[in-house]
Amino acid sequence: MYRYTEFDQQMVDQRVAEFRDQVARWKSGALSEDELRPLRLRNGLYVQRHAPMLRIAIPYGMLAARQLRQLATIARRWDRGYGHFSTRQNIQFNWMKIEEVPDVLAALAQVQMHAIQTSGNCVRNITSDPFAGVAPDEIVDPRPYCELTRQWSTFHPEFNWLPRKFKIAFNASQTEDRAATAMHDMAFYLRRDAQGEVVIDVLAGGGMGRTPVVGSIIRRDLPWRHLLSYAEAVLRVYNRYGRRDNLYKSRIKILVRALGVEKFAAEVDAEFAHLENGPSTVTEEELARIAASFTAPAYASLQADPPALREALGANPGFARWHGRNVRAHRVPGYAAVTLSLKRSGIATGDVDADTMEAIAGLAERFSLGEVRVTHEQNLVLADVRQDELCALWNDARALGLATPNIGLLTDMICCPGGDFCALANAKSIPIAQAVQDRFESLDYQHDLGPITLNISGCINSCGHHHIGNIGILGVDKQGAEFYQITLGGVVGPDPQRTAIGGVLGRAFAASEVPDVIAAILDTFVARREDDELFIDTVERIGVAPFKAAVYPAQDPSQGNKEELVDA
Amino acid sequence: MPEESFPAAGAAPAGAHPQLIRFVEGTPRLVEDEWRLVEAPEAWDGLAGALLPLEFALANEPRVRASGRFGLWLSPGDEPERAVPLLAHCALVAVQFPNFGDGRGYSTAYLLRTRYGWTGEMRAIGEVLQDQLFLQRRVGFDSFALAPGRDAQAALLAFSGYPDAYQASVEPHLPAFRRGVTARPPAQVTALSATLSGNAP
Repeated sequence: MYRYTEFDQQMVDQRVAEFRDQVARWKSGALSEDELRPLRLRNGLYVQRHAPMLRIAIPYGMLAARQLRQLATIARRWDRGYGHFSTRQNIQFNWMKIEEVPDVLAALAQVQMHAIQTSGNCVRNITSDPFAGVAPDEIVDPRPYCELTRQWSTFHPEFNWLPRKFKIAFNASQTEDRAATAMHDMAFYLRRDAQGEVVIDVLAGGGMGRTPVVGSIIRRDLPWRHLLSYAEAVLRVYNRYGRRDNLYKSRIKILVRALGVEKFAAEVDAEFAHLENGPSTVTEEELARIAASFTAPAYASLQADPPALREALGANPGFARWHGRNVRAHRVPGYAAVTLSLKRSGIATGDVDADTMEAIAGLAERFSLGEVRVTHEQNLVLADVRQDELCALWNDARALGLATPNIGLLTDMICCPGGDFCALANAKSIPIAQAVQDRFESLDYQHDLGPITLNISGCINSCGHHHIGNIGILGVDKQGAEFYQITLGGVVGPDPQRTAIGGVLGRAFAASEVPDVIAAILDTFVARREDDELFIDTVERIGVAPFKAAVYPAQDPSQGNKEELVDA
Repeated sequence: MPEESFPAAGAAPAGAHPQLIRFVEGTPRLVEDEWRLVEAPEAWDGLAGALLPLEFALANEPRVRASGRFGLWLSPGDEPERAVPLLAHCALVAVQFPNFGDGRGYSTAYLLRTRYGWTGEMRAIGEVLQDQLFLQRRVGFDSFALAPGRDAQAALLAFSGYPDAYQASVEPHLPAFRRGVTARPPAQVTALSATLSGNAP
């Protein structure tokens, strides 16, 4: 993974010193609360329901074992012994003291980590494919491009005070999207042209929140050298013309929609014309320097699907089931990528305690070249595991409660912290996830249902990505009470055309009703499913009407929308 | 509502005298302000030394130019392109930050410097605070009318914190990777982080 140079280290060290000074000035009264707020947000510090939350960047999901150990230390020393992996390849600590955060940032800087720009109206952490570098369907390793963009966006002088937050993602897979790429403010799809050169399709204007929009491609076949110049053009157009009068209309998606995609693209192209081949043009040397951090490790020369693996699969049905769900193919023969499930009954989605963090760091060192990756589905990946050690890893992971064979299945839910922690939330989300978990805990049933995504957000800010869940659950406030709106048909496809936002089923439900509603939806699917059809394919084939009829049996389905709580 | 909502426009209290920081031969200095900021140009006395709103100056160009030495100020919504006809005649261009969270002025400044050829003094006015100065400097501002009541001496330190910058803007004009500074050998713990680690585990 990328190693900081002296230059990089100086930048994060100075950031720590700067924030230490800002906190001191705030304590002395020289900085007001209102003036400190955007400064602390740009250092990841966000005041929540109970305490300030610190959001730490895990750039494009890459985490070294020693960094994970440091996170465990931070959890113990400055928080309550655990952290929460979010849907944007960040980790969040929920119980920080503002006065201590400079020390926490210093501890992060010691292991080449930071919380820079993880909140506030600026360019946020860059996200990408957690299987980068090992996925067989990868066109080009996106990580050097992610790191280039991370550096470019860090303390960008012109784009630190944008109309709203700005999220960037990279995708370089030809068969699927493992980063919800099309739902970002700006995204880059890396491909190779006929000559083998890396070119980029640029997307803009995606986003979730109260106005969910699948982004649009505004430029195709951009040569990679222009990555940063083109990004600058998009950001400049947004910074100048994005709305600042209304918080809910200030994301770039609203600007793209207001101008129309073609007009927006034309504005960006006109700006880019001034920048093309200018100072920000990426050099071969710089790309090679960064790419050198991501060269393939010294893999052993191994036999694919070795006898030891085949014997273990034959002898142990539990291992075989886990292998079928939580292990992915690797591009190097004899290796595999393993997903450790953070979706365990009784533990909030994405939460990991300090002991478990250290244990996972140990697994990474023993089995996976000392690296861990974080997925946007809030799981962890060991990307470089020898197939002949999979059974040993499974045994260790099982002992830690991290081997639930549910990756991609119903209980592999994405879930935000919700009303238990977050000041924005209209409703709790963790108890809903737990209720779904309890109701459908039978793994046989889940396996029979096949791949299905169920995403839960405690409010319309959509941190739980409910818009793109096959089944989405959104917490809403109905006259002071917590209710839940169900959406159907959301899906992340390999490209924007095949990505869709779920439609609202009808009126919202009380928390106690949610498991029955999900059961009715799943029963309808099982009854109408053809062969081994995926849930999402059944929804697309038969439409939402049969599901509405099952969920709202006592009324005409067309009545559902009248009582609906729409947040549009 | 997300935490970072839009702050109310914080106009400086009438009659307040912001302190002025100006770069003199590469060094930030506290200096006397010889300009009069004219916010209501209909009441302008027509005398020299006035900092006038862009649109007013465009609409009254003969009178403005006849007044002698004049400056322009742009509000965040003003297109910097509009200032071009007056740039050859004015002595100062100021860009207003009605509140420090409104970042349009950074693009305005960048464009004035890199695209419209403004080489004279460029001043940040409005809610100009210590923690915004460094980035304002980087997009081409070289004078800063610090908001009233702020510690001007402390603000002078804002320019000397960061040793360098990753990306190209006005200052520096080239990204770090084109200046050969990013590729120095991998860091051990630097002196600064060693100091900080006294507080860390």
